[in-house]
Amino acid sequence: MDQFTINLLFVGASFALYIGIAIWARAGSTSEFYAAGRGVHPVTNGMATAADWMSAASFISMAGLIAFTGYDNSTFLMGWTGGYVLLALLLAPYLRKFGKYTVSEFIGDRFYSQTARVVAVVCLIVASVTYVIGQMTGVGVAFGRFLEVDNTTGLLIGAAVVFAYAVFGGMKGVTYTQVAQYCVLITAYTIPAIFISLQLTGTPIPALGLFDDTASGEPLLTKLDAIVTELGFAEYTAHHSNTLNMVLFTLSLMIGTAGLPHVIMRFFTVPKVSDARWSAGWTLVFIALLYLTAPAVGAMARLNISDMMWPNGGIEGGAVSVEQIDNDPQYDWMATWQKTGLLDWEDKNGDGKIQYYNDKSEAMQGIAEEKGWVGNELTKFNRDILVLANPEIANLPGWVVGLVAAGGLAAALSTAAGLLLAISSAVSHDLVKGAINPSISEKGELLAARIAMAVAIVVATWLGLNPPGFAAQTVALAFGLAAASIFPALMMGIFSTRINNTGAVAGMMAGLVVTLVYIFLHKGWLFIPGTNSFTDADPLLGPIKSTSFGAIGAMINFGVAYVVAGMTKETPQEIKDLVESVRIPRGAGAAQNK
Amino acid sequence: MADHSSNSAQAADADKGYWQANLRLIYISLVIWALVSFGFGILLRPLLSGIAIGGTDLGFWFAQQGSILVFLVLIFNYAWRMNKLDAEYGVDEE
Repeated sequence: MDQFTINLLFVGASFALYIGIAIWARAGSTSEFYAAGRGVHPVTNGMATAADWMSAASFISMAGLIAFTGYDNSTFLMGWTGGYVLLALLLAPYLRKFGKYTVSEFIGDRFYSQTARVVAVVCLIVASVTYVIGQMTGVGVAFGRFLEVDNTTGLLIGAAVVFAYAVFGGMKGVTYTQVAQYCVLITAYTIPAIFISLQLTGTPIPALGLFDDTASGEPLLTKLDAIVTELGFAEYTAHHSNTLNMVLFTLSLMIGTAGLPHVIMRFFTVPKVSDARWSAGWTLVFIALLYLTAPAVGAMARLNISDMMWPNGGIEGGAVSVEQIDNDPQYDWMATWQKTGLLDWEDKNGDGKIQYYNDKSEAMQGIAEEKGWVGNELTKFNRDILVLANPEIANLPGWVVGLVAAGGLAAALSTAAGLLLAISSAVSHDLVKGAINPSISEKGELLAARIAMAVAIVVATWLGLNPPGFAAQTVALAFGLAAASIFPALMMGIFSTRINNTGAVAGMMAGLVVTLVYIFLHKGWLFIPGTNSFTDADPLLGPIKSTSFGAIGAMINFGVAYVVAGMTKETPQEIKDLVESVRIPRGAGAAQNK
Repeated sequence: MADHSSNSAQAADADKGYWQANLRLIYISLVIWALVSFGFGILLRPLLSGIAIGGTDLGFWFAQQGSILVFLVLIFNYAWRMNKLDAEYGVDEE
């Protein structure tokens, strides 16, 4: 069986499973559509939340980000997991007790303000729409690479499958497909990692292999540090980036994670407050299975590639020859990925060998001159290849490649569905029922929710087909908005009775505007190229990059809210009572069917 | 009537004690959360550089794995302690 047929089988089987779940899990009420009837077991919800959260970025890009930077990009590992501590301790149990359907609904009720609710809805929709574009393009790319269909066809197939389970099943359909998608993606991520860890260190658990010894008795990380510094790259385990920016970036990712509405709303689906607490822990267990493996995948892939380019023990032994790349089956993956345009090499000095080194390092320029090299000859190496090409680099059987194809698609589709659900419930519940037609019947609202979902899928598909030029920049925007506006509003709503309507709105607006301005100053106004006054290489405020500004936006939100609330009318008694009731779990069952 | 109001006053006191206990647990948990990530993983890494682990130092381990493991312990500990507190203060759901 050729690789194409294997990939088709794996992807086809996983899609058939998702459609089967769609047929089984039809939503019959708004409670089922928005919150899966609040009957999801905490472990099941943990698995679904993990798939909801881990996107194409976690599955495909994160290991590559760590591999080519090393220690400095630990920020992603700590930031994207540390947010769950905030979510578990500060938000999830109380929002579950509140017992409504959307994040914006809590903000509107707690701050007794339609303005607050609308600001929250706008932040929610902008954050989710920008986030979903990346997922949709990811679906198209994954199809294109593994199934040899063009991006457009691939994207349309993916959208049709999401349509089937999200429009009819709502949260109920999305929850159970996400569970299936989690199983697919974690298997796909772990199996190649186990093989590679065994090959390099003899340890079957990649997370332990990272700190283990290689066959020569030298620890893996020591060996990696030695080879990358020999080639003129920055030492893998050392700290090179600015410390203040590193701290702020990690904090922004943490606060942003805790404030992303599509993650928060998953905690509305469990039966009890105590379940929401457990479920946050289970979510992090399932996320950690991938996040503890990712740094191992990154380091091991970097070592493998360096060894393959210098197969005879570093620079002294000489670089790999063009002939070997063309003929040795161990190097077949290079030709495969060269076709995609993501990997390329060129024998610039015509010596029949491909020298891979950091030609920007001064020390290396001296060595290069001496040896007759005229520049790095591994001319292109896209970081995203690492995870996708890993099975081929490690010479694993064809079915592992098929599994990775299905895993990448599962990661992108599960996150897309969660985001679409957040968007559509904000439209049907907050805008249609909350603002336009409060007397709408349950049946009418359910229909509105389905129409909103269908429209959201069509819009997201269109944006995926015609990604605006700024698509790559928007992750900063999504996290910035969630960190600067949504998280502080939710936290103050629960932990302070003092913050009133005016304070909350002023805080959210201040956090939002300052963060947006800071991002636009560095990335261009509305991301239009050339309209930026600063770059992230040389930011406005010392070392603070625009991607790290979410944490500062959050502090501005907190500060402004406290000052303004202190100067304006106190929170009414009935709202204080509402806060008191949110703080204690007693009576959560009664809130269940409101 | 008098009985009823003293009961509700007692309930309000219990709720207050429950909330204080919750806040205390949150403070302690968040101090540890910050210590292992921003502390051991980033700012205090130079202090831990003497402690070798698998070819590198303890700070690197905290940044790439240790902090995630501690986060897990923090969340499960919080869930376990809070579910016990719920019952102790009689504010649980049943």
